[in-house]
Amino acid sequence: MRIRRLLIANRGEIAVRILRSCQRLGIETVLAASDADLDAVPARAADLVIRIGPGQATASYLSVDAVTAAALAAGADAIHPGYGFLSENPALADACDGLGLTFVGPSATVLRAVGDKLAARGHAAAAGLPVLPGGPAGTAAQAAQLAGRIGYPVLVKAVGGGGGRGLRPACDPAQLAAVVEVATAEASAAFADPRLYLERYVTAGRHVEVQLLGDGASVIHLGDRDCSVQRRYQKLVEEAPAPLLDDALRADLRAAAVAFGTHLGYRGLGTVEFLVDTATGAFYFLEMNARIQVEHPVTEAICGLDLVAEQLAVAEGQPLRLAQHDVRLSGHAIECRINAEDWTREFTPSPGTVTAAVFPAGHGIRVDTHLQADVTVPPWYDSLLAKLIVSGADRQQAVARLRSALTRCRIDGVATTIGLHEQLVAQPEFERGGYDTGFFASFLAGSAAAPAGAGSG
Amino acid sequence: MDLTSADVQDILQLIDSMPVRELHLSTTRFTLSLRRTDDGEWTQELQLLSEPTVIHPGDDPPTAAGLGDATTQASAAAEPAAQPAFDRQPVAAGAGAVREGAVVRAPLLGTFYRAPRPGAPPFIDVGSRVEPDTVVGIIETMKLMNSVCAGLTGTVTEILVADAQFAPQGEPLMRIALDATGARG
Repeated sequence: MRIRRLLIANRGEIAVRILRSCQRLGIETVLAASDADLDAVPARAADLVIRIGPGQATASYLSVDAVTAAALAAGADAIHPGYGFLSENPALADACDGLGLTFVGPSATVLRAVGDKLAARGHAAAAGLPVLPGGPAGTAAQAAQLAGRIGYPVLVKAVGGGGGRGLRPACDPAQLAAVVEVATAEASAAFADPRLYLERYVTAGRHVEVQLLGDGASVIHLGDRDCSVQRRYQKLVEEAPAPLLDDALRADLRAAAVAFGTHLGYRGLGTVEFLVDTATGAFYFLEMNARIQVEHPVTEAICGLDLVAEQLAVAEGQPLRLAQHDVRLSGHAIECRINAEDWTREFTPSPGTVTAAVFPAGHGIRVDTHLQADVTVPPWYDSLLAKLIVSGADRQQAVARLRSALTRCRIDGVATTIGLHEQLVAQPEFERGGYDTGFFASFLAGSAAAPAGAGSG
Repeated sequence: MDLTSADVQDILQLIDSMPVRELHLSTTRFTLSLRRTDDGEWTQELQLLSEPTVIHPGDDPPTAAGLGDATTQASAAAEPAAQPAFDRQPVAAGAGAVREGAVVRAPLLGTFYRAPRPGAPPFIDVGSRVEPDTVVGIIETMKLMNSVCAGLTGTVTEILVADAQFAPQGEPLMRIALDATGARG
């Protein structure tokens, strides 16, 4: 069914990003906004704004009832959930089905299949993808037995986690017992699901992921990305394509992702994440993200597609508008996430009022942001302020552009990670590319950010 | 229609070869400032001016099509019952000005939680003994949980901010009767 009026149940830069595609496509937009966002930039850019609740996300952006009621009241025929919040919540997909609204995302069945990380592991194995040695860890005893069989170190993961949350490594049996206890409590509180599973911990690995687009019958890939610059399993820099990857390995990763999507009958945009063991060159399925991803612009830069437009088209029930052989990948793109954090003080969050927001402009430069002067960064939500995306004919050109572009970013009023990125991209190891997920920690340890040892109080 | 980044690129292409260092574009909907740096690269500063068009559930719906009783549903959604994240009774907050005595202040702004997770016992209560590194609560800011330490030695005499309430930076969270030897940590 044709989408005429879309409710955007999100905020910040991704709300602006979705609005931009809708305006180009002639789709009317209604922004669902909390009290904290009623006069934010997305609200100014949307055709209409509807209040969905207070600043606290649990009563607004995370409330299925508030979001669906807003869609009905605003006369919207579809809901785009963005990323985070309700984007992978099957309850919203189910509610939309019941109310005759189009949910811009996969079916509730698929969301359940990949949202339960243990079930997703099972589906991956069934689709022929390599998974790390591991399995469910119901009790401490079961965890110890399993860890003894697969060998230490192991990574303890929450079944209801994902997106880098709910992960804890354990190096020996004593540590494992403690980790299982803490992780069980944490998982019940954070994900309302205490279940854990274990996987072998790969000490030197790269995070490589493949972008999928499916219409429920066919699935194609739009290339790969490397997201190995991470702090505490959260991505800071992403690029496309993954640099210095063996051709055969790249082809295998892409084929594996498509096989997984095909196995699920996937409809929508999605990302299959893999861990590439740099010591052996082997790769393993990590998880699937069943939504548009923060780092989607680097893929757009190398494939020339508007991923939100493609996502809306398949949500309407249209078949894919291009076949695999129509996908042309060229050039190289890198994204830096600029967060409201004081990276010199252990990444302390820095909400507040932005007094100036100046960004670079020019060929090969894209900035996705919801910032402008006088905008307030509320304490309720994540700290992403802007994404700087640069592209070039090759990685070398992209890195040169990135270094220059970062010097022209200026955000006043809140602490940001711009300075961190400037130092990071100046590293020879960054310039070479192909580093593993340990790179950022070792860079930080040697950087100017003296770890502040002072506690609060 | 808003200005797109493609529009900005087009404008840049137009003025890049001209002896122009700055361009300021002002409309009723936005202002755009483009500036050339000394090395010939550009910066942009965009300000969206258009006021949001907020529709209120209960107002006439924007279109008559297929709304049914949705308006009443939406009214309910617009005033969601304030669901406390934690199931304990809130402690009465200290009324107005803080009296003399040592207080533990919010190290940064955010939501104050008295327990490590919903349903768990609070970290401390009135009468609890605290030392400088005793965790007395959590402040959630931008999805990150930050432990709040007492920073001093003594006994909690009053809790000033209820559980799951918002606290600005520096807000007194609780009052502590200092030990005779107790000092600010």
